[in-house]
Amino acid sequence: MTRYTSATPDDRAEMLAAIGVDSVDELFGQIPEPLRLGRPLALPEGMSEAEVFERLAALAARNADAEEQVCFVGAGMYDHYVPAIVDAITQRSEFLTPYTPYQPEISQGGLQVMFEFQTAMSELTGLPVSNAGLYEGPSSVASAGYLAMAATGRKRFVVSRGLHPHSRETLATYAVGYGAELVEVGLRDGETDAEALTAAVDGETAAVFLQNPNFLGAVERVEALGAAAKEHGALLVVAVDPMTLGILRPPGECGADIALGEGQPLGNRLDFGGPSFGFFCATQDQIRRMPGRIAGETDDVDGRRGFVLAMQTREQHIRREKATHNICTAQALNALGAMVHLAWLGREGFRELGELLVQRTAYARERLAAVEGVEPLHEAPVVREFAVRLDAPVDRVLERCAERGIAAGYPLGREYPEYEDGLLVAITERRTKAQIDDLAEALGAAIAAERGEFPVDMTDKSPQGIS
Amino acid sequence: MTLPDAHYPDELLYHDQHDWARLDGDDHAVFGITWYAQDSLGEVVFYDPPEVGATISKDASYAEVESVKAVSDVIAPMSGEIVEVNDALEDTPEKINEDPYGEGWLVKVKLTQPEERGALLGADEYRKMLEKA
Repeated sequence: MTRYTSATPDDRAEMLAAIGVDSVDELFGQIPEPLRLGRPLALPEGMSEAEVFERLAALAARNADAEEQVCFVGAGMYDHYVPAIVDAITQRSEFLTPYTPYQPEISQGGLQVMFEFQTAMSELTGLPVSNAGLYEGPSSVASAGYLAMAATGRKRFVVSRGLHPHSRETLATYAVGYGAELVEVGLRDGETDAEALTAAVDGETAAVFLQNPNFLGAVERVEALGAAAKEHGALLVVAVDPMTLGILRPPGECGADIALGEGQPLGNRLDFGGPSFGFFCATQDQIRRMPGRIAGETDDVDGRRGFVLAMQTREQHIRREKATHNICTAQALNALGAMVHLAWLGREGFRELGELLVQRTAYARERLAAVEGVEPLHEAPVVREFAVRLDAPVDRVLERCAERGIAAGYPLGREYPEYEDGLLVAITERRTKAQIDDLAEALGAAIAAERGEFPVDMTDKSPQGIS
Repeated sequence: MTLPDAHYPDELLYHDQHDWARLDGDDHAVFGITWYAQDSLGEVVFYDPPEVGATISKDASYAEVESVKAVSDVIAPMSGEIVEVNDALEDTPEKINEDPYGEGWLVKVKLTQPEERGALLGADEYRKMLEKA
């Protein structure tokens, strides 16, 4: 009997005796014979620990990851370099093993980290209030929907199709519970269709949701698009890629009432999709409607600098059954990773990183557009990601590139049927000029092969490897 | 912040959920929470009042008070219609702690069932209830 077996034969006999039957068969006797399975479940025999280890290792080996493939996949999560200092600090047991202390002020270190993170996000977004982090981007977007309803008393969200599909789905899911309605506005030439957006916003609109840069990588005209929201008293919610905030005008200066987003690019690796964290910043007017927690700075009785948990107005641990949000303490660890990464980069470093992304992305965009069978999907300005059209089935091209160790991008057709031939290509500081050249070469070869322009085995002779 | 000691003025009526009512004529009253309630809550940081004109029912929640550790419902000691809320508490919610029967009042109500006063406790009865608890 293993320690994972909850009931021994003796336990079982005791339980049967207590309810007055002689056997398990007798216990189930009331179930009609035809309804019973009549044989053991079709499960494999148990394995030893060593066998289980081998099996799991073999399964794990089937995964490709961003260390063994050259990764041009973005679409919301990005393969940035995470400096060792992030691990050195986040792995400290004081941070790694948190649990909500019900007297949070006992954890001054944890509160200080939250306060510093908030300060950084507030500066980056140009909005005065930041919380200490949420679960991830999409649920942050959905939480903004609730805030907008509470602030305006309205129940309609006007949503750009450039907002991440996962965010749109999550907002739609929450909206069912809120009794709210989504109106989607399409894209034109890569950007949110300004005319359609203006037409969609009216006095019933609680909020307008944009993403900048949008899912296709295009930098949106946030201020102009937001004018319709302002005119009708709706909130402007802008999902932003934090890595672009060193070089783009902060959303708070473009009229955003709420700026939020997926935090993963800061200090968090891809990690097969998570965990990551979300950030959420807003105007002062919305401070009491913010999800999550807000740490504050104060002086203690002896006049020393100290930190408190200042706000948690929607959270379940203070509102119980009336809560409209719940965040887990452990999420602060991911936000800490972001804070350490930001501190490591510094103000100048963060801006320089943004500039580097713009330059390298511009090179990649130009380089790829020169490849036979590759066309730009849009000409809008971009920062670190751009979309192209391929003159060959995208999935087949991606497979051919993967065989050469290149994850060439994200197939847009997966979420956008109108861009069935679309490929979204992301650039980080880890992608070198040589890798971009390899990508162009691999794409060209794959497209040519798919179009049958020369024999398939020719592609196998093309230069291998990534420098 | 200087806090008063426990006290329960004789001229008020009390509800067992730690609310008080100060009758004003036959059909008006001012409501608030008792010294015991504010002491249990701790430092009050926010008062979320009802709308003027809202109808409230005896024994049901009509407002929320948030302290640093919890958000609590405020229970109506009598039924009626809100005619005024204490707007000053928006900036100074701590008045609920400092002066729960004075500047910390919460709402003024036009009573719809003034006879409900018969179900409320006098100060002595309320004090006895607290001693037993």
